[in-house]
Amino acid sequence: MTDLERHSYDVVVIGAGGAGLRAAIEAREQGKRTAIICKSLFGKAHTVMAEGGIAASMGNVNSKDSWQVHFRDTMRGGKFLNLWRMAELHAKEAPQRVWELETWGALFDRTPDGRISQRNFGGHEYPRLAHVGDRTGLELIRTLQQKIVSLQQEDEREFGDPEARLRVFAECTITEILKEDERVAGAFGYWRESGRFIAFDAPAVILATGGIGKSFKVTSNSWEYTGDGHALALKAGGSLVNMEFIQFHPTGMVWPPSVKGILVTESVRGDGGVLKNAGGQRFMFDYVPDVFRDKYAHDEAEGDRWYTDPDNNRRPPELLPRDEVARAINSEVKAGRGSPHGGVFLDVASRLPAETIRKKLPSMYHQFKELAGVDITAEAMEVGPTCHYVMGGVEVEPDTGAAVGVQGLFAAGEVAGGMHGSNRLGGNSLSDLLVFGRRAGLGASQYLDGLDGTRPAIAGADIDQAAAAAVAPFNGDGSENPYTVHTELQMTMNDLVGIIRRSEEMQDALEKLEELKRRAAAVTVEGHRQFNPGWHLALDLDNMLLVSQCVARAALMREESRGGHTREDYPLMSAEWRQVNLICRADGDDVSVTRQPLPSMPDELLQLFEREELNKYMTDDELTVLPEGDA
Amino acid sequence: MGYTAKFRVWRGTDEDGALNDYDVDVNEGEVVLDVIHRLQATQAPDLAVRWNCKAGKCGSCSAEINGRPRLLCMTRMNTFDQSETVTVTPLRAFPVIRDLVTNVSFNYQKAREVPSFTPPPDLKAGDYRMQQIDVERSQEFRKCIECFLCQDTCHVIRDHEENKPVFAGPRFFIRIAELDMHPLDTLERKHSAQEDYGLGYCNITKCCTEVCPEGIHITDNAIIPMKERVVDAKYDPAFGLFRVLRARSKSTKTMNEQADRAWSLLCSVEAGDVDYASVRSDVEDAMRQAKGVASTGTVLASLEALDHFEAGRLDEAAAEAQASLSWHRSAQERSDAWVTLARVYDAQERPTATVEAIENARRHWPDNPRLRHFGGDERRP
Ligand SMILES: Cc1cc2nc3c(=O)[nH]c(=O)nc-3n(C[C@H](O)[C@H](O)[C@H](O)COP(=O)(O)OP(=O)(O)OC[C@H]3O[C@@H](n4cnc5c(N)ncnc54)[C@H](O)[C@@H]3O)c2cc1C
Ligand code: SF4
Ligand code: SF4
Ligand code: FES
Repeated sequence: MTDLERHSYDVVVIGAGGAGLRAAIEAREQGKRTAIICKSLFGKAHTVMAEGGIAASMGNVNSKDSWQVHFRDTMRGGKFLNLWRMAELHAKEAPQRVWELETWGALFDRTPDGRISQRNFGGHEYPRLAHVGDRTGLELIRTLQQKIVSLQQEDEREFGDPEARLRVFAECTITEILKEDERVAGAFGYWRESGRFIAFDAPAVILATGGIGKSFKVTSNSWEYTGDGHALALKAGGSLVNMEFIQFHPTGMVWPPSVKGILVTESVRGDGGVLKNAGGQRFMFDYVPDVFRDKYAHDEAEGDRWYTDPDNNRRPPELLPRDEVARAINSEVKAGRGSPHGGVFLDVASRLPAETIRKKLPSMYHQFKELAGVDITAEAMEVGPTCHYVMGGVEVEPDTGAAVGVQGLFAAGEVAGGMHGSNRLGGNSLSDLLVFGRRAGLGASQYLDGLDGTRPAIAGADIDQAAAAAVAPFNGDGSENPYTVHTELQMTMNDLVGIIRRSEEMQDALEKLEELKRRAAAVTVEGHRQFNPGWHLALDLDNMLLVSQCVARAALMREESRGGHTREDYPLMSAEWRQVNLICRADGDDVSVTRQPLPSMPDELLQLFEREELNKYMTDDELTVLPEGDA
Repeated sequence: MGYTAKFRVWRGTDEDGALNDYDVDVNEGEVVLDVIHRLQATQAPDLAVRWNCKAGKCGSCSAEINGRPRLLCMTRMNTFDQSETVTVTPLRAFPVIRDLVTNVSFNYQKAREVPSFTPPPDLKAGDYRMQQIDVERSQEFRKCIECFLCQDTCHVIRDHEENKPVFAGPRFFIRIAELDMHPLDTLERKHSAQEDYGLGYCNITKCCTEVCPEGIHITDNAIIPMKERVVDAKYDPAFGLFRVLRARSKSTKTMNEQADRAWSLLCSVEAGDVDYASVRSDVEDAMRQAKGVASTGTVLASLEALDHFEAGRLDEAAAEAQASLSWHRSAQERSDAWVTLARVYDAQERPTATVEAIENARRHWPDNPRLRHFGGDERRP
């Protein structure tokens, strides 16, 4: 290969969102030479869009909070399908990860006694989300970005070269993980700007590529969310877990069409906003499911009192976990009680003074004003569900982030699976990124220390093959345009594997995906390799198709409704299915799905729940072996 | 509702490029970025443009629309007349890579030149205490989405490549201001802003503030206050014009004066010059006035600690002194808090803690005059 640029690192991190940056900081602090690779500019990763906050049981606003309560909320939110060990580590370590951000310069909003302020969010028992207005993700990214800069400044002083031990390769896309035998040897990709190829020799690769939302038509996700990391792991021999669980955020913008899907943060509800149908009714009171019945207010008066007196009242049902709220909105619209543009009303104008709204929700105010011409301090917003987050992801070892089945591969953040079970609570992603980003950085470093100096080598033939695959779209027969295939994929997933699923529709989707795969192989791009978005999309398309197949296959197999997976033909939650994870693997060009038992929780964690609650989730067999006397 | 708009878009690079004309459909509610995407999908599949969030949050989609620096995703089509030709060009201050994509690496280099946040070394994670009102000024600057529109518009570098090495630009003036105003940053930053980052080149045209999509008051809240504070050291011709606009807030001034008054009284008690009982009512009066006007008690913590100590309330003194260690950023203030703690520990007959506190006080400010109480055998006042 003549135009190949080559680098050698100890650890290569793919992704510069919260998870990737935290992993890179850890690897570098462990003394490893580390590269960070990302598709967009440094500081623009998807994490920047996160609004509401980061969940950690610091107990600054309500001192009753603790890691145990956070753990319990997380398991409840995920309907007990979470990998308990991940949920445990997450709840225990989140506070340290947030405090650490302050030492790197983050400026969170404060409580009156000068600590980090925390706000209410759906599914969290106490005010728990550290935040900066409604731009928390920006604060997180900037803080990590600036920490990286400070590490580079250290290297500048020590070695005269800021990039001696930590370098960012921005606008560079990885298309393949390369291996020698069973072990990772490096990664291959291209510079977006020039189209030139680049290869990294590295024994440890950390995937931190985020989610898959760009396979759906209505989504809050950006163009980066093409499931690259999910596909890279599959192709490298790894497995994906829980891919049937997709979170549809209940409140996306619905109008005008060009902004459909853009997120309206949950903080609007956390701070007092309520949902109403066309008849002006607060319909959420009609949608509280049995498992949550005794945890939520039974009437509006109680719900309203809760904001000022949470100890003696229960929270309003607008703050149910996201899957519940999204389904409720869907039902209201279907029943003909929707708003003019096919959503429902989210009203904060009649609940809070205009000044407070502008102060607490500045970017929502700005967003509606600029994009929809709506003043949210004076009128209600129109909102509806939008594809937001994928619970499924690379199957990993909870403690180290090591990908199951591939030595030297690690994953953290949205691309990793297991932590959130069937549904993620708001705010639990940003904390997930930091907790498991750090652990993956540490895990990769320890893996390297165990290698005793032997580094797997990349085979020349693998590079040639990767390069040939990457330029293939230039040599097509001209019959397909990547934009058209992409649009059809988005419609297919949205309409047939969306928020409410049916067996026949998913069968149709799988057939359609086969057809789109054939057509994608014929996609042809025009122009040259310099910053060519048509070419980039053509390559991303393969990843989206592979990952969409996993989603549709797993969704078809799971015959129950739970969290981010709702089957019209199997509307109930099944205790038997709770014991099962679905695992996807690449099988030639296809994907296979297998069942795997879910690890069971140790007694000391089980005892955090009341027996009555466990009854709702577990099989009789599981319940009979529970230890005596758990409260 | 839909109509066909005339678009004129830059295609190519700096050396080899031209404006191309397109007729393209526009639907209700769309922004310029939607139209660019429609061009990609229908007429120009290789048209290069950066974008991510499409919601004004990531600062990727910066370009110039009809010659004005703007975010493509936040510029609604209904702001143009339907007959108007909409011209979209890349940022002018930076080299063009292709079409609407420019090389903005200049900004990442400048980011590396600003020394990072430097908290007090003895302040542990989890112990940070700051008041909302004290963090708000820096928070305004941390809203920056790094779209670099302000950099693009600033005339000092827009058409003056030669100024780039010596001028950081408005984005980094607010970064320096942000750190300077951070309640717990310990570095001196104002003077370096003038000398190392070219603040002196700025003649306060306010163009940067006008284009900022986040509405950050770059000039009023960052540049002018920084210029104001370096003015003693260096004459700045632009400054004279703006001095009148920026009187220090009256209440802060009163608070500082009253706090200083109480502090010096207490120090003379400590020095043995006067008796606590004789100044007690004066001290209380000054503290009451300071608290009355101050919106926060943060700056008063070490003062209260010393007052508690002189009044013999040791536990309260220790608590306030410790609290003030998580509030105060300047080395002098921290050193003072440690001296007070040392005196408390000494009174409580805890020799190890006393010596440790003295060491900390000395480390932050070796010449702290109050340390002379511990001269001689190191720990006897
Ligand atoms: C609008 C919105 C609001 C949200 N609000 C919240 C919130 O308030 N609280 C919360 O906890 N969560 C929130 N979330 C979810 C949360 O923001 C995301 O789950 C999280 O940021 C994902 O972070 P990450 O580090 O895994 O990946 P990302 O931040 O998405 O980063 C992925 C990185 O991988 C890179 N990449 C991808 N593919 C490749 C490739 N092939 N080659 C090279 N690089 C690649 C990308 O360039 C990018 O740098 C929100 C999400 C959205 C969309
Ligand atoms: S005010 Fe100063 S920094 Fe801003 S555009 Fe004008 S000269 Fe540049
Ligand atoms: S200060 Fe404003 S204009 Fe300048 S980079 Fe930041 S957000 Fe953009
Ligand atoms: S695309 Fe993010 S600011 Fe325009």
